[in-house]
Amino acid sequence: MSILHLVVLAPFIFAIFVPFLHKYLRHIHTGWFVFIVPVLLFSYLVQFIQPVMNGQHIHKVLPWMPSIGVSFNVYVDGLGLLFSLLITGIGALVVLYSIYYLSKEKEALNSFYVYLLMFMGAMLGVVLSDNLIVLYVFWELTSLASFLLIAYWYHREKSRYGAQKSMLITVSGGFAMLAGFVSLYLITDTFSIREIIAQAPDITGHALFLPAMLLILAGAFTKSAQFPFHIWLPDAMEAPTPVSAYLHSATMVKAGIYLVARMTPIFSGQAEWFWIISLFGIVTLFWGSFSAVKQTDLKSILAFSTVSQLGMIMCLLGLGSAAVHFGYEEGSFYSVAVVAAVFHLINHATFKGSLFMVVGIVDHETGTRDIRKLGGLMTLMPITFTLAVIGAFSMAGLPPFNGFLSKEMFFTGVLNASTLDIFNMETWTYLFPVLAWIASVFTFIYSMVLVFRTFTGQFQPEKLETKPHEAPLGMLIPPVILASLVLIIGFFPNLLSKSIIEPATASILPTLLGPENSYFKVDIYFWHGFNAELFMTMGVIGVGTLMFIGLHRWSGVYDLFPKRLALNHFYDQGLVQLERLSEKVTRIHMTGFIRDYLVYIFAFFILLLLGSLYTFNAFTYDFEHTADIGIFEVILSLVMVAGALGVVFARKRITAIISIGVVGYVLALFFVVFRAPDLALTQLVVETVSVALFLLCFYHLPVLKVEKNTVPFKLTNLIISVGVGLTVTLIALSANATRLFEPISEYFIEASYKEAGGKNMVNVILVDFRGFDTLLEILVLGIAALGVYTLVKLRLARRDEA
Amino acid sequence: MKINDVIVQTITKIVSFIILTFAVYIFFAGHHNPGGGFIGGLMTAGALVLLYLAFDLETMRKIIPVDYKIITALGLLMALGTGIGAILLGYPFLSHTFDYKDLFILGETELATALLFDIGVYLTVIGVTMTILLTIGEDDY
Repeated sequence: MSILHLVVLAPFIFAIFVPFLHKYLRHIHTGWFVFIVPVLLFSYLVQFIQPVMNGQHIHKVLPWMPSIGVSFNVYVDGLGLLFSLLITGIGALVVLYSIYYLSKEKEALNSFYVYLLMFMGAMLGVVLSDNLIVLYVFWELTSLASFLLIAYWYHREKSRYGAQKSMLITVSGGFAMLAGFVSLYLITDTFSIREIIAQAPDITGHALFLPAMLLILAGAFTKSAQFPFHIWLPDAMEAPTPVSAYLHSATMVKAGIYLVARMTPIFSGQAEWFWIISLFGIVTLFWGSFSAVKQTDLKSILAFSTVSQLGMIMCLLGLGSAAVHFGYEEGSFYSVAVVAAVFHLINHATFKGSLFMVVGIVDHETGTRDIRKLGGLMTLMPITFTLAVIGAFSMAGLPPFNGFLSKEMFFTGVLNASTLDIFNMETWTYLFPVLAWIASVFTFIYSMVLVFRTFTGQFQPEKLETKPHEAPLGMLIPPVILASLVLIIGFFPNLLSKSIIEPATASILPTLLGPENSYFKVDIYFWHGFNAELFMTMGVIGVGTLMFIGLHRWSGVYDLFPKRLALNHFYDQGLVQLERLSEKVTRIHMTGFIRDYLVYIFAFFILLLLGSLYTFNAFTYDFEHTADIGIFEVILSLVMVAGALGVVFARKRITAIISIGVVGYVLALFFVVFRAPDLALTQLVVETVSVALFLLCFYHLPVLKVEKNTVPFKLTNLIISVGVGLTVTLIALSANATRLFEPISEYFIEASYKEAGGKNMVNVILVDFRGFDTLLEILVLGIAALGVYTLVKLRLARRDEA
Repeated sequence: MKINDVIVQTITKIVSFIILTFAVYIFFAGHHNPGGGFIGGLMTAGALVLLYLAFDLETMRKIIPVDYKIITALGLLMALGTGIGAILLGYPFLSHTFDYKDLFILGETELATALLFDIGVYLTVIGVTMTILLTIGEDDY
């Protein structure tokens, strides 16, 4: 246990105290206490920047389940540090924002901050664990915390729907990921990511390698809302806005990105990895930006925009994996993509966080998020407007904001991709830049919609529930900080490049680092001449402006897309059909009739036993050791068969009962013939008693529905009964033919008088050698008697009541 | 008109004692000859059932004022007790022993702890059978 472990566990530990703070210090907003945690963690984590920059990696060990190789190892490298700084930094800002956003009186703050802290700790655990199983545990905890936070206003039906949807999708992905992790363990015999990376070059040929990759990608794609799993994210917008800002833009949705980045050293260099990630990323980028334009709800726009930006980062990571093929050179094309991914990850967290907070302010101050009702807020909320402009312009990729820089690098990446000549790239040369460019146009459009539809145009006070005014200072501080970061990173990008981006890139592409260069040289310039990327951006601005102005003319294109083919429709219908199907299947086999269940049981019995007799070729018969058949046995057998047939074919129940009695008494006679006097005696008496009881039942049958028909014929019943008889007979014959050991009865014959002092061997076995069985058998009898007694008496009691 | 069952009752009075005697014989014979607690118990119950059939439940309850559920419990306790007795004497559960003693009238007789166990079985079987039959019989459905 080290302080680093405490960093991960601190939010969980603090969460225990939150309800008490909420209960006993009611006059102070609970958020103020919570605020301390991320601030402390952030300031503690900042001091790791220096050592990580110098190429040191901090590794702390804490055994958890050592016998199965699971230990809670915390590992801090560039990537983990970048993410944990994002989590704690934005976490602090979000907590501060939520203090002003959530009312002290009206909301259940205790559960909110418990969930939020739980999420924070889980997320830190995800990015700092070195052990795959521990990573998975924290991964599922983030899903759980996100589920709880989305359904924070659980009395709203849409919140519950969104929470369930996100839970189902992310957890199915999580299970797939667990399967992938286990496959990796089977390949490498370790759960430690560092050790797996060390083995990476040797395991590519393993049969489980590709399945492991696909399963892990399924986990990453569902978590990071990649196409077609992105559908949960827009519905997760029912969560309180601080949650959306924190989980669904800055941190949790980046867990998938983190996973892909973390796994890059293992899987990169594979064509499948390159293609799947790049294609899914670029399709998500396009589809997210395309869908965002048609949204009328501010948070929905931001949700689809998040989807789209995550697609872009994912695509860059995919393209960057091609770098492994070419090796690192100064200014190499391919590692640029990875640098761009890391850089955009930071940028996106800053501007998307601030945009969500802006939207939250608008929602909070006007009472609506619908852009059709909003407009002309610029003069009323000047600070919010400024923040929105900074965030949205950065998102659109305009200079001088940081989004511009990463977008330029993104274009560089896709343009490079079109010149790649690996993995059959040349046939698809122009797919990447074209899609990327179109997506950027749509990104530009929705960013403009976000700003101009909300803050300019006609002010419509009659449509608003409350009178809008500028937000309180505390609510503005967090987005102001984020927006200033947008500007600072925009103007001085190299502030980050040495301290954060280079170490992070180094942990994504560790194999490219030679011994002499322990870090990548990243230099981000604002201006790099008139090149293709700049012209692309100019095109984006030009075409985007035209399309934004003419939006009402072509927005009908969204209606062309049939609702039936929408992914949400598939999800909803899939869920409904799944329920219907399972209900149908249940209804088919769970009929409620005992005869059907008996059919299953016996059919299974036949299949299993005859099947194993057949597969193991176990059927044998051997009549060598059988005794001679006497005339008594033949006669008795015939009588018994006649009695059995009488039971089956009897027209009246009384005939059947008498036939059963015949069978029982013949059995007693068999016992006589086969020299078992004790059994014969007992059988006679027991048979008499049971026939009497049968007659009693018969006597008490209800008079109304007396059926005196023969047993109705059913073919399945015939087949099954014949099958059971055949099975038992065959097994009995085979068992009789293969006597493997001498029976132990010799011992009983010898010992019954000498050791137990009895000449009746049966009785000696019953009371002495195997007395324990007898003890329990008489216990069974006692229970049966009490059972009959209570059944009869209780029924009487109930009848009296009624 | 009341059915005159004097013949049945008279015969029952004699026969039930013959059956009871036979039942006790078969119970004690169990250790060396066919028989034992189970069949002995069933047969005792048979004699009792005969009595219950010949006379009515009310009369029998006066003659034999016994709760057969208690007999069952007694039998189970007895069987368990022989096992626990073995433990108390330092042997494994349900160890039995036997010895020959010269008794006052019977001469040399074998005394076996297994017999105690068998008495438990005997009582349980009587109790169970009678409980079931009487419960159902009393149930005026």
